[in-house]
Amino acid sequence: MAWNRDEMAARAAKELKDGYYVNLGIGIPTLVANHVPSGMSIQLQSENGMLGMGPFPFEGEEDPDLINAGKQTITTLPTTSFFDSATSFGMIRGGHIQLAILGALQVGENGDLANWMIPGKMIKGMGGAMDLVAGVKRVVVLMEHVAKGDEKKILNTCSLPLTGKGVVDLIVSDLCVFEVARPGLTLVDIAPGVTVDEIRAKTQPDFKVAVKH
Amino acid sequence: MAGKIFPSADAALEGVTFDGMTLMSGGFGLSGNPENLIAALKRNGVKQMTVVSNNCGADGFGLWTLLNNGQIKKMIASYVGENKLFERLYLDGTLELELNPQGTLAERIRAGGAGIPAFFTPSGVGTIAAEGKPTEKFDGKLYVRETWLRADLSIVKAWKADPEGNLVFRKTARNFNPVMATAGKITIAEVEHIVDAGEIDGDAVHTPGIFVDRIIQGVGYEKRIENRTTRPRPV
Amino acid sequence: MVSSYVGENATFAKQYLAGELEIEFNPQGTLAERIRAGGAGIPAFYTRTGYGTKVAEGKETREFDGHHYVMERGLVADLALVHAWKGDPEGNLVYRMTARNFNPVMASAAKVTVAEVEEIVEQGSFNPDHIITPGIFVQRMIKLDNVTKRIEQRTTRKREAAE
Repeated sequence: MAWNRDEMAARAAKELKDGYYVNLGIGIPTLVANHVPSGMSIQLQSENGMLGMGPFPFEGEEDPDLINAGKQTITTLPTTSFFDSATSFGMIRGGHIQLAILGALQVGENGDLANWMIPGKMIKGMGGAMDLVAGVKRVVVLMEHVAKGDEKKILNTCSLPLTGKGVVDLIVSDLCVFEVARPGLTLVDIAPGVTVDEIRAKTQPDFKVAVKH
Repeated sequence: MAGKIFPSADAALEGVTFDGMTLMSGGFGLSGNPENLIAALKRNGVKQMTVVSNNCGADGFGLWTLLNNGQIKKMIASYVGENKLFERLYLDGTLELELNPQGTLAERIRAGGAGIPAFFTPSGVGTIAAEGKPTEKFDGKLYVRETWLRADLSIVKAWKADPEGNLVFRKTARNFNPVMATAGKITIAEVEHIVDAGEIDGDAVHTPGIFVDRIIQGVGYEKRIENRTTRPRPV
Repeated sequence: MVSSYVGENATFAKQYLAGELEIEFNPQGTLAERIRAGGAGIPAFYTRTGYGTKVAEGKETREFDGHHYVMERGLVADLALVHAWKGDPEGNLVYRMTARNFNPVMASAAKVTVAEVEEIVEQGSFNPDHIITPGIFVQRMIKLDNVTKRIEQRTTRKREAAE
């Protein structure tokens, strides 16, 4: 049984450490906020200019001046601070954020990441993704192991335009977890009932197996 | 000295617009947008603008209205999704687009305002964002050289202003507004509240008045929410 | 010492002349920008300040749009010591008046930043729009028991005579 979205987020949440400043991407990564272990203090950064991002507001309490990088309405916490975009990305590039958890279209075994454009489709833009992968200390990719039609996403070399070169440290998919040693992948965790053979069939590069149970 | 406070957005634009100008417009998505000044620019009809803004509005809102009115020649942005008109004009070849990583965009604007013509950043190294740009190694790591951005006119949205032009922003509506205020030859701020001189605590000023040339009282803010996300109240 | 001005300091002059102390003079704006760059992950930038002067000697220069600029490097520290007015347990800081100066940029540019504050306030008592240094930049904080603030130049004006 592969992990569902919530279980994937829970697995990624194991990468959190007390006192971390963390940036969560849009999609499954957002769910990681629901799995912060109790007693652990984490501050979430939203790159449009906020630290200490709180949960969604109660209906009727939405504030258009208070959104996250996905343009969703959010709330403050007692720890919250606001700042401008240049300060926000200074914080990101300057290595002050310990962990970013992002989605991906493709990941190379060398740690290359592609998550912002598909040639032939409309270019939407990279937003803050290139700054995050260039500046944040540890980059975790959280994504489905394969795309629609079983197309592989973990590749020898990314074919899509890159977001960053050699930037990914860990991949958490619905099937397993890979450490990215740059170069070379090591399988370190498997979803219950998933076999190494199944993972090999759905992963282009070869990898080492060092599952810790 | 002539005061900085103008009676309307239209009046504030007098003498500062020209075809082919570079405009900076504050905001992240539709949050913290200078809505009154965008509407006045549409009435003003200035054409062939290069617009620097993180996004280009969203279907029917914000800078989209200037795009729809044929006033934008080129867009410098980090993300232009959720905008079908943009997509069509770009694919037609009638609109130029320069995409920057969001942090590079913010830093280029800050550099423009701070007299820094170029700087090095790790963002985008090894990607198409760095194509054609000089790279250099510092302490063993590769960086790309980016240049400053400056504008003929910056339009920003703040929460409060005093007559000196000192500005205070509210929550995440701050975003690109303070850096853009520093990088315009002329900066016009529209605000929700104009307060008396001395009412803003000097320690709490985000944008000092030196960066603000004209101020208007904004009216009728729509403040559209793009993604309304809520949680259920505990029973 | 990496500084912009070291006057009013006889010990400094003595050690420097005795060859016991190295000094690197930076224009004050360049010093501030180098520190800000260090904190913001910018390894180098260009400035007009000091072009054609002694401070530009040995540094790369480059022309942009017809003007000459000097390349300056980002500065980062192993430890930054800063003084703020108030801090909360998260490490968010606010400064008071012109005592802000280099403190916020330095807080951003060190591996470890220690802030001394005049008052520690409860979490949530700051207006988050007023925070100058977000807690992400502060690793340790101490409260000062006795704050002595020396005034270097006591300048005053006469009060208007009472009516």
